[in-house]
Amino acid sequence: MPEIAMPLIDPARADDEELLDALRLGDERAYVALVRRYGGLMQRVALNYVRTPAVAEEVVQETWCAVLTGLERFEGRAALKTWLFRILTNRAKTRGQREARTVPFSSLAGDEEGDGPSVDPDRFLPADHPHWPGHWAAGPTQWSAVPHERLLAREVRSRIRCAIDGLPERQQAVIVMRDVEGWPPEEVCEVLALSEGNQRVLLHRARSRVRAELERYFADEPERV
Amino acid sequence: MTQDLDLSCKELVELVTAYVEGALPTDERNRFDAHLTQCPDCVEYVAQFCRTIAAIGLAAPELERTPPVTGLLRVFRDWKRVGGNEGVL
Repeated sequence: MPEIAMPLIDPARADDEELLDALRLGDERAYVALVRRYGGLMQRVALNYVRTPAVAEEVVQETWCAVLTGLERFEGRAALKTWLFRILTNRAKTRGQREARTVPFSSLAGDEEGDGPSVDPDRFLPADHPHWPGHWAAGPTQWSAVPHERLLAREVRSRIRCAIDGLPERQQAVIVMRDVEGWPPEEVCEVLALSEGNQRVLLHRARSRVRAELERYFADEPERV
Repeated sequence: MTQDLDLSCKELVELVTAYVEGALPTDERNRFDAHLTQCPDCVEYVAQFCRTIAAIGLAAPELERTPPVTGLLRVFRDWKRVGGNEGVL
């Protein structure tokens, strides 16, 4: 490929369109910026379909390879990230199916839809309570008024990370796309092949888990609130 | 908290995402709002839920998993070596 002058872009700040243009010109910095931007999420999403991080990494690598070789044909009708994640999920699915034929594999998605209520049922009065069935027996520990800086504390962020890392893979993918990356719900549905309702259920489960973790954190030491 | 509410706290906590996303049908949304006017515990719960969503956004740097760039760079350099995007250049 002949050397050509690269346009002056700041890869960390450039939007996807600018990075795509630079990538078409063979700009390695644009490539690295896209890898940084989407690589972590791609790994999480790949883990929805395959069993091990190592295989997920391979899928991510194959995806970049396919993206680069397909650049020429990519007309930009879909957003770059939608195209990228469509390739990723297709490849990950194929890999997952191949794995499933060779190894007994119960779907990761198996029990997560029914993985329990948002709040421990013991915290509510029983359904046959004479006055207040289904109402809080003891309300949630108050912490909603904590100052902004408290939520920014390293310990809080690390609790959140642990809570998210402990979620079933599909919930992880949905909550990271929605609440960390700020994707609109339609795009998450498209990329993960979820119905709108399913997407919301997964997101709600995930958020509920993280809220419960924060409640535990603030309840453990009241002076944190 | 009153016994006349036709949406219990236990039901309400399952609807919070749908509520904040504006995805509840009008009648359900009205019941949700009516419940909140009478139940400080659920007001606290919904407020916590919203702050949780904000906190997840704030935790973004902690959540980033930097992929192993070395292998991915090889993919790029191989692509570039064999001519990259020949259709354009």
